[in-house]
Amino acid sequence: MTGNGGYRDSALRPYVITGGKFRPSRAALGVETLLLRAETAGPLPVTATRESRALVRMCERLLSLAEAAAHLKLPLSLVKVLASELVDAGYLVARSGIPQAARPDMELLQEVLDGLRRLR
Amino acid sequence: MDSADSADRYVPDSVRQAVKVLIVGAFGVGKTTLVGSVSEIEPLRTEETVTGAAVGVDALAGVEDKRTTTVAMDFGRLTLNDRLVMYLFGAPGQRRYWGMWDGLAEGALGVLAVVDTRRLAESFEVLAELELRGLPFVVAVNRFPDSEDHPVAELRGALDLTGDTPVVTFDARDRASSIDALITLVQSISGGATGPAGTEGTDHPDEAARGPVAYAPRQGERLPAER
Ligand SMILES: Nc1nc2c(ncn2[C@@H]2O[C@H](COP(=O)(O)OP(=O)(O)O)[C@@H](O)[C@H]2O)c(=O)[nH]1
Ligand SMILES: [Mg+2]
Repeated sequence: MTGNGGYRDSALRPYVITGGKFRPSRAALGVETLLLRAETAGPLPVTATRESRALVRMCERLLSLAEAAAHLKLPLSLVKVLASELVDAGYLVARSGIPQAARPDMELLQEVLDGLRRLR
Repeated sequence: MDSADSADRYVPDSVRQAVKVLIVGAFGVGKTTLVGSVSEIEPLRTEETVTGAAVGVDALAGVEDKRTTTVAMDFGRLTLNDRLVMYLFGAPGQRRYWGMWDGLAEGALGVLAVVDTRRLAESFEVLAELELRGLPFVVAVNRFPDSEDHPVAELRGALDLTGDTPVVTFDARDRASSIDALITLVQSISGGATGPAGTEGTDHPDEAARGPVAYAPRQGERLPAER
């Protein structure tokens, strides 16, 4: 966490000050969710935290949430919250995995199997 | 930390979907070794915070505290084709880390439960918890050089597994062998409909009728948000 005050970004601040324990509102992201900087997004507000900036920079090309956290050496739970907020605000786009409630369809499973067999 | 090879870290632009598999097991069973032998990227390490109030806590025992602990988790990646990648997340199996499974198991294809036959008892509660949660899993017995050669039927009995849980033996240091264990998992999730049953357990008579293993949402689990 930043620890240095002065950030006043209204959207990010609640998450930052709760140390990532605040439940993200809309975008439920998994550790495997692929993130990418939104092409159309403008620059982050000047008040955005250092961590959010670093995350957006890290996602200049496609990367999973877990990989971004590992490379940034930030806790997963924090990156989940930041990423969720950045997706909501349109700075990051998420390419989803399997929705939690759904079970993977046969077509996808076959694709996974074929891929694994090829790699073997 | 932005080294010269940092461009190599990225997922190909063409990839549209990510699937994940959770690797669990007691300390030292070979989770990290497995991730390392199949991952195409240098395995990564990240931290997750776990609050003590884990699922499955025995209220009578009351030993579980509510403190938040940090757990390191290692993971790797496999590109399955130009639009699909797979992530493997290794998580410790001890009871105090079960809280960590929640976020990892959500949306996972299934779980590979790695077992060391020299220390079978350490796996009992891991397997029981997986069954309790209704997570689709396969038991992957990691062969160590000094492991005795137990017949699968004997292991199944010793682990008190339900009849249809597949058991596969493998060598976590070997890429092909580890990928075979993953193949067994995916085949079992798809109820054998995706390909020939190459492993013990996948040709169980009930398999076809049972169909794909469903995710059983736990009580109190939050509703899926849009993803
Ligand atoms: N001989 C042998 N050693 C293994 C095998 N898998 C893991 N090990 C060793 O066992 C130790 C624990 O393995 P590790 O992957 O770190 O276990 P983890 O705690 O489950 O992540 C390490 O020293 C590994 O080198 C295996 O298949 N054969
Ligand atoms: Mg390990």
